[in-house]
Amino acid sequence: MSPGGQKRYVALAAAAAAVPLAVLAVFFVVPVVGMLRLGFFPDGELDLGGVVETLARPRVGRVVWFTVWSASLATAVTVMLGVPVAYALHRLSFPGRRILRGLVAVPFVLPTVVVGVAFRTLLADAGPLGFLGLDGSAAGIVAALVFFNVSVVVRTVGPWWEAMDPRREEAAAALGATPLQVLRTVTLPALRPVVLSAASVVFLFCATAFGVVLTMGGLRYATVETEIYLLTTQFLDLRAAAALSVLQIVVVVVLLVVTGRTRPSPVERVTVDTVARRPRGTDLPALIVLGLALLLVVAPLGTLVVRSLRVDGGWSTEYYRALGDADASPALAVPVGTALENSLRIAVDATLVALTLGLVVAVLVTRRTRRPGPRRLLSLFDGIFMLPLGVSAVTVGFGLLVTLDRPPLDLRGSPWLVPVAQAMVALPLVVRTIVPVLRSIDERRREAAATLGAGPLRVLATVDLPVAWRPALAATGFAFAVSLGEFGATSFLARPDAPTLPVLVYQLVSRPGADNFGMALAASVVLGLVTAVVMLAVERLHLRGVGAF
Amino acid sequence: MSHRGRGLLAATITVAALAALAACSPGATNDSGEANDTVTLVTHDSWSVPDEVIAAFEEESGYRLEVVPSGDAGALTNKLVLTKGNPLGDAVYGIDNTFATRAVDEGVLAEHVPADLPASAEQYRLEGAAGDQLTPVDWGDVCVNADDRWFAAHDLAPPRTLDDLLDPAYEGLLVTPGASSSSPGFAFLLATIGKYGVDGWQDYWTRLLDNGAKIVSDWSEAYEVDFTAGGGGGDRPLVVSYHSSPPFTIPEGERRPTTSALLETCFRQVEYAGVLEGAANPEGAKALVDFMVGETFQEALPENMYVVPVDDTVDLPPLWEKWARPAPHPITVPAEEIAEHRSEWIRAWSDVTAR
Amino acid sequence: MLETSHLTVTFGDTVAVDDVSLELPTGEVLAVLGASGCGKSTLLRTVAGLERPDAGAVLFDGVDVTGVPAHRRGFALMFQDGQLFPNLSVGDNVGYALRLRRTPRGQRERRVAELLALVGLPGFAAREPTTLSGGEQQRVALARALAVRPRLLLLDEPLSALDRDLRERLAVELHDILRVEGTTAMLVTHDHDEAFAVADRMAVMRAGRIVQTGTLEEVWRHPADAETAQFLGYAAVVTGPAAEPLFTVAGRRASAIALRRSALHVAGSGPLSGVVRSARLSSGENRLVVDVDGVGSLDAVAGMDVGLRAGERVRLELDTSRVAFLDSGPSGTGSAGDSTHAARRHIRGRRARRTP
Repeated sequence: MSPGGQKRYVALAAAAAAVPLAVLAVFFVVPVVGMLRLGFFPDGELDLGGVVETLARPRVGRVVWFTVWSASLATAVTVMLGVPVAYALHRLSFPGRRILRGLVAVPFVLPTVVVGVAFRTLLADAGPLGFLGLDGSAAGIVAALVFFNVSVVVRTVGPWWEAMDPRREEAAAALGATPLQVLRTVTLPALRPVVLSAASVVFLFCATAFGVVLTMGGLRYATVETEIYLLTTQFLDLRAAAALSVLQIVVVVVLLVVTGRTRPSPVERVTVDTVARRPRGTDLPALIVLGLALLLVVAPLGTLVVRSLRVDGGWSTEYYRALGDADASPALAVPVGTALENSLRIAVDATLVALTLGLVVAVLVTRRTRRPGPRRLLSLFDGIFMLPLGVSAVTVGFGLLVTLDRPPLDLRGSPWLVPVAQAMVALPLVVRTIVPVLRSIDERRREAAATLGAGPLRVLATVDLPVAWRPALAATGFAFAVSLGEFGATSFLARPDAPTLPVLVYQLVSRPGADNFGMALAASVVLGLVTAVVMLAVERLHLRGVGAF
Repeated sequence: MSHRGRGLLAATITVAALAALAACSPGATNDSGEANDTVTLVTHDSWSVPDEVIAAFEEESGYRLEVVPSGDAGALTNKLVLTKGNPLGDAVYGIDNTFATRAVDEGVLAEHVPADLPASAEQYRLEGAAGDQLTPVDWGDVCVNADDRWFAAHDLAPPRTLDDLLDPAYEGLLVTPGASSSSPGFAFLLATIGKYGVDGWQDYWTRLLDNGAKIVSDWSEAYEVDFTAGGGGGDRPLVVSYHSSPPFTIPEGERRPTTSALLETCFRQVEYAGVLEGAANPEGAKALVDFMVGETFQEALPENMYVVPVDDTVDLPPLWEKWARPAPHPITVPAEEIAEHRSEWIRAWSDVTAR
Repeated sequence: MLETSHLTVTFGDTVAVDDVSLELPTGEVLAVLGASGCGKSTLLRTVAGLERPDAGAVLFDGVDVTGVPAHRRGFALMFQDGQLFPNLSVGDNVGYALRLRRTPRGQRERRVAELLALVGLPGFAAREPTTLSGGEQQRVALARALAVRPRLLLLDEPLSALDRDLRERLAVELHDILRVEGTTAMLVTHDHDEAFAVADRMAVMRAGRIVQTGTLEEVWRHPADAETAQFLGYAAVVTGPAAEPLFTVAGRRASAIALRRSALHVAGSGPLSGVVRSARLSSGENRLVVDVDGVGSLDAVAGMDVGLRAGERVRLELDTSRVAFLDSGPSGTGSAGDSTHAARRHIRGRRARRTP
């Protein structure tokens, strides 16, 4: 008898869990707690009066209310738009769909400041869409949030939908269900877990959006995130900022608990490779939504491209040419090629970190356990990695400065702060993409391997990884894009001698002069193009792999 | 037994690989420990200095310069306050007169006054102890800019004063970045406070908004989206910007800018440098601050950061002499007062403008 | 030899496996027969090491393996639907366990070829599992399970996912293959035909408990109770005064008699008589329901050539090789039934949660 056998696997799992947990602790928990401590213990003593006073301000109530409803509305619209788009781009086959998949992902990585300008150029009273009267309105904020996040839904739901067994839908259709009934009774219930999963991520992104709210709302709207930013960077009112941070964390935790509760275990099994088919008449609604989504994506992007090519009333590639020349503008600390190289290098690091940690987390949370104790522990473990999405980047950023400043955690200014910070943002996306697919594997396949003599790691390699690589690849592209476009943490932490492309764009855009602005737009277009190319390259890998699957 | 060995081995490899991954990242070789030949400058994101100037400093002083941009002037100051005692660097550049008192009051800075501070810089020195800690380096005026071409085309004389902006003739023509999110936006708020007093500005802003003023989140948006001369096809010929903005609007092949700054609407922002308390390399920091008021650095300021050097003996670019003249009598608000009321004013401004 | 001793597995309040003690001598094949939800699969999974028993032990060759994880037991488990690894070729699936044991390549390939030939799929090594039919997949799964000559082969309803024809053919093949390989095997099934075709010994399980064990012959001849008899495919169990005429004809007395559908057949001079209730032609015979005088309604058969209609009187003969005598009275109390259902319900609930 080997009574230690089971214990050893628990130990192994604990060791594997320790790595992501340690990273989360150092780069997230410690900084946030550090900031909260400064707020709650202003003079070394607990002072909750400030918290109460802050939360009692009528303004806080308005801010919280606006945050919740705008984020909810934006999430709902994003899902309603994203799900049909995921269908059209992953279940239908038509010319150019791969290009479109890349295109839809572009907004996600563009610097907010540039997107804000593009959106406002369209929506401003004098702009082509000025008649809509959306400039400076809450609707404008929601539209921009949807613009940024629609790819989250497409990227999470798409691969899952692609791998879904179409025979159940066919069976329902054969039983006389109309396409709409099939959708309602078979497809959507099967998609529910992954849609919820994507929606919770989108909600967190929307609720913590910062630049978009300021830019699109013309300062008339404030969210919890913009309040924390103001309180911290302008007023240095750490007590109030800490109070709002706690409020934010509470909201996030409640959200995670609720979605965790309603997230059913999918009973679908990934066994067949569906072949995308040509669109039919019944796909028209999905294609119309795809068209709408593309319009939403293309209009601002188009504005961006057009403005980057307009020089003094004529057409020219001058701004693009200037990007290669470090002397073209004093704002150009390095040529754009160098910045792009920095971006790519950091993105590779961030992606590796996010993917490694994400796989560990995804594998651990999908292990089957009979007892409720460990099961609850695992779902807690799952939820905890969503927190970085829902907590103010300002709090984390300032927290990093005040906490990681002495040994053994003297990491301030350490250059791998940037990739790790970006990885923490990408991690939930990676986990959310891989987990549903791993959950869909028939447990008995793992058991078959085990009884044939495969240990837990071997089971993983035989059963889980062959299925996980496809979503992992999607997640890789995603993590890469997140890292390429990430600006908040990067601007806090990036080394000045190695600015990333978004940082460069920001530096250009905040300088006077049409040249600087034009170059900022051109650099954004380059960033968007690189992202689209990376996404497309990932798609290619994806396709080549299908045969081996 | 061999199974057991493999399981643990694999786990160890995973951990080791992660550690290695972290270690081989671009900056694992952090050399900030060698403080004595490196001087670290904490500054705002607009820092932009040519390599030759940095090389000149490094050659002159023998130190290697490392620059840490840390957000806008506000974020920069607050980061310094939060990291007091274990500062992010040795010297700071970019604290402006709206944040100076906070930095001084919080004890972020050490005393240092450059021996050869230009005479013309004296007028920008802060009062009291603060004057011995922060060294003025440059200044710039935040003013309303007008699109002259637009006004000519519409047969309308451009406004001149803050009062003019309330004139119904200019209804719906002004766009400004917000005071809560933008440094020039706050400067413009201070201009109105300086002009109308701590009790009168709220009323001014109410009327300004009644006259159709538009508030956006930051300067680049106001200028590049809403301003008629900004290239974004905007519809507002008045924008809050800098006195140095007009030269950027000289069309290709012409000699005159199409915009001008309204010099009676200006608030002067002064930027300071200083040595940080607790600096690892205070000598290097002092050398750097001294260098910043020296000729080489001062000369580079206008072309690279669009600000006016405190040393008035330095030649300005020819275009500036002609088209970027500063306000003869800028509106002022004492630094201590700004420090004291900053939050209160921004909150009140938010309430007035959130309608 | 496999031994389970007082094995008990509970899920929450439900006892799925209740104090089960079994013995399976080396080289023999044991079928655990039971209705779905009776706990037989849990028993199999516990023997495999996939479930932890709450009490009792699993011993192999006298060594307690209860705490040994599944992959170290040296057993192999074959599921109802094969569970081939879709990312590996047929050959790699079969050779999977060999590769885990670092069997040299040449040797591995020989063994794979040999096994594929054994299961009737020579030359299939390069195929992808997804291109195989259900029956072929099961054969590959069997070959994969046999590859390293497991000390014990566990089969979970190995044939029930297949169509009837294939099932019957494969059952015979499985029987032969297990003999050729000399494999000790434990099979769980709800299909008595499958059990009879493949196994040497049988254990009948109900509501988590083993109600009867023995050789096929023993169980076949003497089902422990009426319910067991019915489960074994006996169409009717007759007891009490109604059984008297049958006992008389059979020349033997017991507490009950179980009859297969074909135990009574129409014969001009048979000792029993009755009235035909219904007649229906079936493959090769004429199936009747006859109201037998003094006994009641029973199934009977007649030759295809005998034209019979409802209402006709017939005489019947009893084929004693198609009856079994039960020594105990008919069991199946209310409470037993309840617990069966409870167990089933619970196991379903568990499965829904476990299988994502």
